[in-house]
Amino acid sequence: MTLITVTNLCVAYGANTVLRDVDLTLSSGEIVTIVGPNGSGKTSLLRAIIGATKPAAGQVQLSPRLKIGYVPQKLHIDQTLPITVARFLRLTERVPLSKCNEALNAAGVPDLLDRQMTQLSGGQFQRVLLARALINTPDVLLLDEATQGLDQPGSASFYRQIEMVREQTGCAILMISHDLHVVMSASDRVVCLNGHVCCQGSPAVVASAPEYRALFGAGTGGALALYRHDHDHHHGPSQKAAE
Amino acid sequence: MLDDFMTRATLAGIGVACAAAPLGCFVVWRRMAYFGDATAHAAILGVALSLALELSIFSGALIVALIMAMTVTSLAGRGYAMDTLLGVMAHSALAFGLVAVSFLSGIRIDLMAYLFGDILAVSRTDLLVIWGGAALVVALIVWRWSALLASTLNEDLAYASGIDPKREQLILTMSLAITVAVAIKVVGVLLIAALLIIPAAAARVTARTPEAMAVTAAAIGTLSAIAGLRGAYVFDTPAGPSIVCVAAILFAVLNLKGWRGKGTA
Repeated sequence: MTLITVTNLCVAYGANTVLRDVDLTLSSGEIVTIVGPNGSGKTSLLRAIIGATKPAAGQVQLSPRLKIGYVPQKLHIDQTLPITVARFLRLTERVPLSKCNEALNAAGVPDLLDRQMTQLSGGQFQRVLLARALINTPDVLLLDEATQGLDQPGSASFYRQIEMVREQTGCAILMISHDLHVVMSASDRVVCLNGHVCCQGSPAVVASAPEYRALFGAGTGGALALYRHDHDHHHGPSQKAAE
Repeated sequence: MLDDFMTRATLAGIGVACAAAPLGCFVVWRRMAYFGDATAHAAILGVALSLALELSIFSGALIVALIMAMTVTSLAGRGYAMDTLLGVMAHSALAFGLVAVSFLSGIRIDLMAYLFGDILAVSRTDLLVIWGGAALVVALIVWRWSALLASTLNEDLAYASGIDPKREQLILTMSLAITVAVAIKVVGVLLIAALLIIPAAAARVTARTPEAMAVTAAAIGTLSAIAGLRGAYVFDTPAGPSIVCVAAILFAVLNLKGWRGKGTA
């Protein structure tokens, strides 16, 4: 079943067109990753899907009563705003505490309910954001560079968590990522964006596509192979990936 | 009971404090502390207009404050930070207000009276206006609380939950405008601005949730109004400033206790 259909989407800020003629579909249970250089319109695409940006042309169609769980790129909580994890999880949904605990477990950070949001570590914070997105058992999870600020083992384990969430809940996942290596192996489909859709397909297809190579260089093709193995251990700085 | 001017003053102070407390929390969280000042300055223009057009002070101040609230909301996010916008609006509204006042031949208005108000001169009708306005504002904030909070935390998060943060911002600024308008004649714009910021800032020390902060702020504001007016009566000091002094002392005491409790700053 198709959950999100984006057709001929154009997004412009003033005279500056950031997205043109973007077509994208997301079906239930799929993990689709959007990659692209800075300024390629990745975040604008997600913002258009959640309704935060009005399209200049084209349209975004969501299936009726689609529940979206959204994990923003960065969320700054002002020091003057006291808020516990429990309260943050129930920001817009009046759910019982037991569901909050379930969501925290699913996000891999149990027992944080009474902590202040501003006192969490970067990794805990991102996982609480994930838990909040999971709280109303969404049909689609939208993640905008959710691992920003996490180190490599941290983001690898975050993405493993996402895969587990998909397995457990069956929700579709549309995510933006800079971590080409980690992400590619987990995705069913990769969309390479640079103002328009350059190429899309399975990770292996995209990694070998000339458009993708032109944007990211050939070096990252090797990284895909490197990170395809199960990442159940930590190792030193990954020079291999950089080479 | 309402025959006593001290009782009326206290009730007026509590009314303003209760409306200002939850609004003040949002003002602090959104870093728009100058909003009180800006709306206040704009209200001076409103006072001039109401004298020129023979409107009530309340209507004049409300109209100008609402216009300012809507202008700020529509300009926000177009390349200006909130403090810059508020600065532009505050100073231009004050300047236009003073120029407008100079056109009113034959009428002398005491601008100081509107800056500091005269809470001891609160009439029964004033009380009705204050409590009516305060009830409206509190009802509005309670009704929109979750949506306002989500919009304050992150606009995209709000959008994804089906909330329009622009609309919530407008509701917030309009509530602020109403609060300033109902209170300007009696308690003065400086007292409103103080009752917005200081109780909310003081409540931050102990609160663990946004709701607790709003309720604590209301309690601190109420206590300030009661103790300030009592102090003004006993020591024969000006009423409005005495209320602000008590709030400031409560802020200091809570912060000192907070420091000692944590052992660190």
